[in-house]
Amino acid sequence: MTDLPTTTTRKLGLVIDLDTCVGCHACVISCKGWNTENYGAPLSDTDAYGADPSGTFLNRVHSYEVQPDTGGAAQLVHFPKSCLHCENAPCVTVCPTGASYKRVEDGIVLVNESDCIGCGLCAWACPYGAREMDAVEKVMKKCTLCVDRIYNENLSHEDREPACVRTCPAGARHFGDLADSSSKVSQLVAERGGIDLMPEQGTAPVNQYLPPRPRDQLDQIDVLAPYLEPVADAPRGFLGWLDRALDALPGGKE
Amino acid sequence: MTQPKLDTSPPVSDEVRRTTCYMCACRCGINVHMKGGKVAYIEGNRDHPVNRGVLCAKGSAGIMQVNAPSRLRAPLKRVGPRGSGEFEEISWDEALELATSWLKPLRDKAPEKLAFFTGRDQSQSFTGWWAQQFGTPNFAAHGGFCSVNMAAAGIYTMGGAFWEFGQPDWDHTKLFILFGVAEDHDSNPIKMGLGKIKARGARVVGVNPIRSGYNAVADDWLGITPGTDGLLILSLIHVLMMAGKIDLDYLARYTNAPVLVNGDPKSPDYGLLLRDAQGRELVIDRATGRLTPFDQPGVRPDLSASHRHAGVTHRPVMHLMAERYLDEKYAPETVAQETGIPAQKIRALASEIARVAFDEAITLNREWTDFRGETHKTMTGRPVSFHAMRGISAHSNGFQTARALHVLQILLGAVETPGGMRFKPPYPKPATAHPKPHCGVTPGAPLDGPHLGYVQGPDDLCLRDDGTAARIDKAYTWENPMSAHGLMHMVISNAHAGDPYKIDTLFMYMANMSWNSSMNTGGVMKMLTDTDDNGDYVIPRIIYSDAYSSEMVAYADLVLPDTTYLERHDCISLLDRPICEADAAADAIRWPVVTPDREVRGFQSVLLDLGARLGLPGMVDDAGGPKYADYADYIVNHERKPGIGPLAGWRTGGDGRGAPNPDQLQRYIDNGGFWVGHIPENAAYYKPWNTAYQDWAVDLGLFDSPQPYLFQLYVEPLRRFQLAAEGHGDRQPPDHLRERIKTTLDPLPVWYAPFEDGHADPVEYPIHALTQRPMAMYHSWGSQNAWLRQLHGVNPLYLPTKLWEKHGFEDGDWAQVSSVHGTITVPVAHMAALNENTVWTWNAIGKRKGTWALDENAPEARKGFLLNHLIHELLPPRGDGMRWSNSDPVTGQAAWFDLRVKIEKVPPPDRSQPAYPAIKSPVGQGPDTLAWKVRK
Repeated sequence: MTDLPTTTTRKLGLVIDLDTCVGCHACVISCKGWNTENYGAPLSDTDAYGADPSGTFLNRVHSYEVQPDTGGAAQLVHFPKSCLHCENAPCVTVCPTGASYKRVEDGIVLVNESDCIGCGLCAWACPYGAREMDAVEKVMKKCTLCVDRIYNENLSHEDREPACVRTCPAGARHFGDLADSSSKVSQLVAERGGIDLMPEQGTAPVNQYLPPRPRDQLDQIDVLAPYLEPVADAPRGFLGWLDRALDALPGGKE
Repeated sequence: MTQPKLDTSPPVSDEVRRTTCYMCACRCGINVHMKGGKVAYIEGNRDHPVNRGVLCAKGSAGIMQVNAPSRLRAPLKRVGPRGSGEFEEISWDEALELATSWLKPLRDKAPEKLAFFTGRDQSQSFTGWWAQQFGTPNFAAHGGFCSVNMAAAGIYTMGGAFWEFGQPDWDHTKLFILFGVAEDHDSNPIKMGLGKIKARGARVVGVNPIRSGYNAVADDWLGITPGTDGLLILSLIHVLMMAGKIDLDYLARYTNAPVLVNGDPKSPDYGLLLRDAQGRELVIDRATGRLTPFDQPGVRPDLSASHRHAGVTHRPVMHLMAERYLDEKYAPETVAQETGIPAQKIRALASEIARVAFDEAITLNREWTDFRGETHKTMTGRPVSFHAMRGISAHSNGFQTARALHVLQILLGAVETPGGMRFKPPYPKPATAHPKPHCGVTPGAPLDGPHLGYVQGPDDLCLRDDGTAARIDKAYTWENPMSAHGLMHMVISNAHAGDPYKIDTLFMYMANMSWNSSMNTGGVMKMLTDTDDNGDYVIPRIIYSDAYSSEMVAYADLVLPDTTYLERHDCISLLDRPICEADAAADAIRWPVVTPDREVRGFQSVLLDLGARLGLPGMVDDAGGPKYADYADYIVNHERKPGIGPLAGWRTGGDGRGAPNPDQLQRYIDNGGFWVGHIPENAAYYKPWNTAYQDWAVDLGLFDSPQPYLFQLYVEPLRRFQLAAEGHGDRQPPDHLRERIKTTLDPLPVWYAPFEDGHADPVEYPIHALTQRPMAMYHSWGSQNAWLRQLHGVNPLYLPTKLWEKHGFEDGDWAQVSSVHGTITVPVAHMAALNENTVWTWNAIGKRKGTWALDENAPEARKGFLLNHLIHELLPPRGDGMRWSNSDPVTGQAAWFDLRVKIEKVPPPDRSQPAYPAIKSPVGQGPDTLAWKVRK
């Protein structure tokens, strides 16, 4: 058993906009690139060019079809998922060696690889499936929130954000302090009705998801509204309208 | 509890080298982080005009491309039969001597016997110049099987289209409508734009049979029947015109809507525009009622008045449009069944377009002066914007459909105005400002001009004296008169048939023609390996250049191995397909951020070497030696005309025009690999008519004098071909094409059903079959990438609920899918967010066994498949004795998406069918496990 801090000074996390995520996997691969080269063991790939390639990823995008109860058109939701840095992180409390821990200063959940025995209990405990055992190194890998980027003095200030946020082409990923109600991410969550993933698990995730806006509202436009009032019902009538309309233009006949 | 002490500031890299991505066609700027001289990490360049720091999955996976085991290692000479993959490695000297010995006699006696076609390369102004100096008329790049319909329709209509030509005004648009999509065309900019407009709550509408990707985040989705987009657009035009929701002021000032058209059916000029002796289009001035050239100071062109001249009534284009589009055949109720979109939905979309365009018009306080000399205090726009690429292009009605979309934008006054579609330099550039095609061959001398261009009428076709095609791909013939990008997809079949003539050497670059880049893939493999009565190959010689062990490599007699994109020089040039933005001209370079560790050379440098060995003009110096050491030397020192070279930035004396600057490449490298020249604020909109923009463009060297022009709602060159088909003029089409030309080369946008509907029985083949390109893969390149292939290693055929249930499919099932042309057997999956008569799969995931350094049992080779086997370059016979091309009749664009199929459930085979024997790999297979850091 490993203890969680009773409180953390900050709650750093991600806000992911499901209204805007196009499912391009940019975040997945940028994460793979940064974290292969940086924190801890590289993210390996086995059978890389073979029949059953399988690699370690700290962030994956899943796609789900949603069929509205109202009978409207089916929708597709892209759902990026990585560690949510929960306040009540079950992966930490279950760890037998103390390798999994939650940082007091910012709430980031990390694995100290030198203490990890690869038992896999944390992955079982995580209700989100957000931890992956590296097949080569036999240590548990997970999202570090790019802890080696966000404070990195070798990077410019604007680059001190997680690789997935920096690369997201649609701007669907936001990083910040969710303990600070005036932060941009907290405001986004307030404005857009951000939600916890699987709140019934009691994990109190720090990461938040912004739900998709309602889709397919075009049908509710009143087509009898003035925008489409016919000016004529035949070409000849149209030409009469045209003449009158041209007269009304600046520089037309008075 | 004590936390481990963590180093939160580890060194990131030794050095950042900034160059241009080439993981797809988007051309983003990248920061390549180097450690110990090796590539360690790639991220987007924040300063770069294309991607502003972001980067897609492909871009970030570039490190796995530069380390891919599929990279070719040395020049290869074929030793086994074609298609076997049996090669021996040879030296570059031997390879270049061999190529020279094949090509020199052709140049001296019959240059047209070389067919040189390049695929997705980004150096077409260079490769085209090389082919021109060689003297063959047979050159084009891949546009003919990509999106030439969109490009040509845009150029003829308004001087540009989307992507490299123009973009939505992302900062101001309030309604964005996306038709179809190709994810690698403007890949990151579209995603960035979607993010921008969603962040401010603007509406996005997706018109696409498939609701994935960008369409999945669209607020509204119209799951249209493939091939009917043109009909939907014309219906929107019908409703908007009927309601008077068109921008009359804009139409009168900036388009040919007021230009007068000859209305006498007996006249040889019937349907042509009335012009004065200098060729200027004539309009009636509403202020004076007099006939006048359109461009005179103070003229108010009249959209309504007709004019009698020499006994002939001339009516403005606007009249013809009213007559055509107000017809009930375009009413939403009439088109609902065909398009699969309910009439109510079409009206709702039209209503929203009208509301945003006219009630939410936006005005920028920027003064500007138009070409008639009138100064306007403000710039007003109708903030509705559109984007479309191959989805609507790759049909046999794609040219007219793309035309319809451009016309819709113009009717709204939403082109080159705030919130609408904006051109990127060197566009706007009308068809008349482009060259015409050239095909004049002189043995031992260059071609008489550039190959590709924009015809204005029958006189510009590339025909020989006997009326047969001058080009091997039959571009610019009566079958497809406006084939502005050539027809790469017809080259192999025509060369094999010896029609219009036999060739000797087929020379290709970056085009996987024996696999995913061809229709009728199995047939193409046969043509490439077919022998004549003497046992000689029907296509005598094939030279191919590629960086990787693709399917096409095995079919070459000589393989010239290219570098990866991080090991080479390139220029993304204003002479070619630049990276400009609506507010700026821009160009860029690639430079070798790592040195190749193999015997490979950048293809463009190899072409220059070959050109020098062949003694091609411009490639040898006065002493007969090579003029350029390599492509980098060419990029800096080549001048297309005095002062104008491949790169515009940092020329001696300034940007744009100026003598070559020996430090130019270093200046680009120091600036992050690109150059940007900003357009002044008062020149940023109304570019075709804005004197400030025209003057800026002349200063930069984009053109030599101001060239204001009118948008062509009515495209006169199309009418010239119709007139010929009606029997006018000396150059006459063959009789069997007359009716088709009359119907399809209409000067006003028209919709007709995709041709395959008239050849494959829609009752027997009721299902439309499409491919899409995943955002994380580019053609075949992704499968060799250990990271990307884990995202998209399989490609089931996605079936809509109706078909899934009708055939009783369950997860894990397989289907036999048949077209008139062929049959494939493939795994299926269910997708509800799909047009109910459409099936689809990811493009180019399927791989041939033995290629791309993959295991023969890789899922790409076992379960992956191509729809290409179901598509033929010719339409099925229909009893008229003719074989019609499966292409657009205007441009010759390959009609990939006209495909109709039927499906049935079958027991699972052990692998997808058809299955081809393995190719012997010239590079072996990739390693089993990857777990490395560049410097651990």
